[in-house]
Amino acid sequence: MTITTDRATEAVRTYASYAKPLWQRVILTREFAVIALLVAVFVYSTNEVQAFSGPLTIYYLLLDVVPILLIALPMTMIIITGEIDLSVASVVGLSAVLVGDLHQNGWSIPAAAVAAIVVGIVCGAFNGFLIAYVGLPSLAVTIGTLALYRGLAVGILGTTAVTDFPEKWTDLAKDKIGDSSYPVVIIPFIVLAIIFVILLHFTAFGRGVFDIGLNDEAAHFSGVNVARTKLILFVLAGAVSAFAGVYYALRFGSVRGDTATGMELKVIAAVLLGGVSIFGGRGALHGVIAGVLLIGVLSSALRLETVTDNVINIIIGSLLVISVMSTSFLSVVTRATTGIKKRGSKSPDERQQLASAHTEGKNE
Amino acid sequence: MKFNKKRASALTALVASAALALSACGGSSDSGNGGGSGSDGKAVSVTFLPKNLGNPYFDTSDKGGKAAVEEFGGKFTEVGPQEASPDAQVPFINTAAQQGVGALVVSANDPKAIGDALNEARDAGTKVVTFDSDTDPQYRDLFINQASAEGIAKVQVKMIAEQIGDKGEIAILSAAANATNQNTWIDLMKKELAASHPDIKLVDTVYGNDDDQTSFDKTSALLQKYPNLKGIVSPTTVGIAAAARYVSDSDFKGKVKVTGLGTPNQMRDYVENGTVDAFALWNPEDLGFLAAYAAKALVDGDITGKEGDKFTAGKLGDYTVGKDGVVLLGDPFEFTKDNIGDFDF
Repeated sequence: MTITTDRATEAVRTYASYAKPLWQRVILTREFAVIALLVAVFVYSTNEVQAFSGPLTIYYLLLDVVPILLIALPMTMIIITGEIDLSVASVVGLSAVLVGDLHQNGWSIPAAAVAAIVVGIVCGAFNGFLIAYVGLPSLAVTIGTLALYRGLAVGILGTTAVTDFPEKWTDLAKDKIGDSSYPVVIIPFIVLAIIFVILLHFTAFGRGVFDIGLNDEAAHFSGVNVARTKLILFVLAGAVSAFAGVYYALRFGSVRGDTATGMELKVIAAVLLGGVSIFGGRGALHGVIAGVLLIGVLSSALRLETVTDNVINIIIGSLLVISVMSTSFLSVVTRATTGIKKRGSKSPDERQQLASAHTEGKNE
Repeated sequence: MKFNKKRASALTALVASAALALSACGGSSDSGNGGGSGSDGKAVSVTFLPKNLGNPYFDTSDKGGKAAVEEFGGKFTEVGPQEASPDAQVPFINTAAQQGVGALVVSANDPKAIGDALNEARDAGTKVVTFDSDTDPQYRDLFINQASAEGIAKVQVKMIAEQIGDKGEIAILSAAANATNQNTWIDLMKKELAASHPDIKLVDTVYGNDDDQTSFDKTSALLQKYPNLKGIVSPTTVGIAAAARYVSDSDFKGKVKVTGLGTPNQMRDYVENGTVDAFALWNPEDLGFLAAYAAKALVDGDITGKEGDKFTAGKLGDYTVGKDGVVLLGDPFEFTKDNIGDFDF
């Protein structure tokens, strides 16, 4: 089975995808455009924005974006398969509320956190089951569970808030690594990021994820277990979102039923900004991580310039629209130029030419 | 061979991005605090952080704060989240700490949740003043309290006494039966009535549960049960509006006076049509004004926030810091036909 998968991927990856030299394939991508923009914004802010170069900036910035960074990892894989999970923020809320409520009822924080993550896994498995095995569209299912899990969270706490977390744990959530300005929470993120990068980019499972996004029937016939792959991805999303919820509760030391409302859109926006195609089949984690950081750096710099929240949202929204438009624009350009090149070379038949141009547009 | 190539390219991408991310981050941590302080020179920078933006009440208080900051030649900034939640306030508190603003004036969305962020800001040298809604005392330097329970009780008794000629039957329409604030005020009002207004008789206290319809029905029931009733005092904004609406549409208009605590926008119609002579609340504009001056006094080192410290707040006069770093704005503000046009909240 594995052999067939490898053959299939090899067949897809030859010719068009490898037509250009390595450095071009690495540098001339959406991902690197985002990374370049991130570096540019960062350097500009460091020089031009007052107080941005202070040591607190990185610390607060990372504290703020860690939940989004975390959830963006499984979300990237889900979107690459052409699915979507809108219920992640509700799982964050539910998990945060559970930690708060269980702790109020005498549980220790680690026990409550484990319970919350288990509930997150169950939430993800429920999504995954309905999508992968019942065959319902993920958009519809997760809109439903977005309301369902949020409803549970609000139901558990009502209109009250839990703010009574032990200082030992809230301090840990905000602790710095040694004397650096990096918060401790980036350690679990880096560990998870390495795992997800290996999973998506260096395993057969990851190739399957891309194949499902390009054509799930073809993926099925090349031996990818489509349903199981999707189920695993939604379970991962549930688990990671629940972990983010635990962090959220401890970082702010306050939990309400509406905690983290609307975060799913921030995550999806960052994933798309990072160069993942909403239609599935293309994307890479380094672009997504840069996308999240880009949004974080921009918001932080704009806040330091005392720009208010709604204006920040307008700027980030416009950036997202431009970046999505640029993909379509670039792929049109690439298709046109490669088309010309192919016509000049020795007569491949027209269907092949179209097919390779199409793959090129998707992959580059 | 193909497989190796693929790995190599992905790995290069990963390493390159990691290197970029880390070098970018590292660059800032050792570049130090260059030009970080916003409070250098004489100008005091004051940042107002209300519970949320687009709230008329806070628009009014921030207007007062801005007027005060401009008066003493400081730099005024207003920031805030869209939604009134504590986790949304934290990034703005962090930003103030990064900017090293002189003082942060906050209306807290939670007494504890934003505490750590406030303390981090204070460690960075920012003075923290809370107004309208306090945090636990260990998280701020000063709290500007809009009104004391005694003040609120007193002004309500004074208003109803003036309106009914210091004589006759009155009733109280409160919020919920177990509402802590209202019960404290009602107890103090009873004491005040007994002590200084022997001819006024409090015949009943009913509870509208801060629900418009319930308060409306309770008003109706009160007026039927006590035909000689001359006044209704409602120490809650929902209650007073419902009572005024009932009275203004009934035959009792002009015969039964309605007063208590309300907001100008809710009560404007009833004041203008004569149902309500006067009602009270604090003036949010003065609250913001005082908070800004208190912030300046802290930044200038005139006061430290301990009990007995004295400072002057422009046109509002002199203030003394009370127990637990609380500064009392003063007696509640009475809104009447003559001044209600000046307020919009």
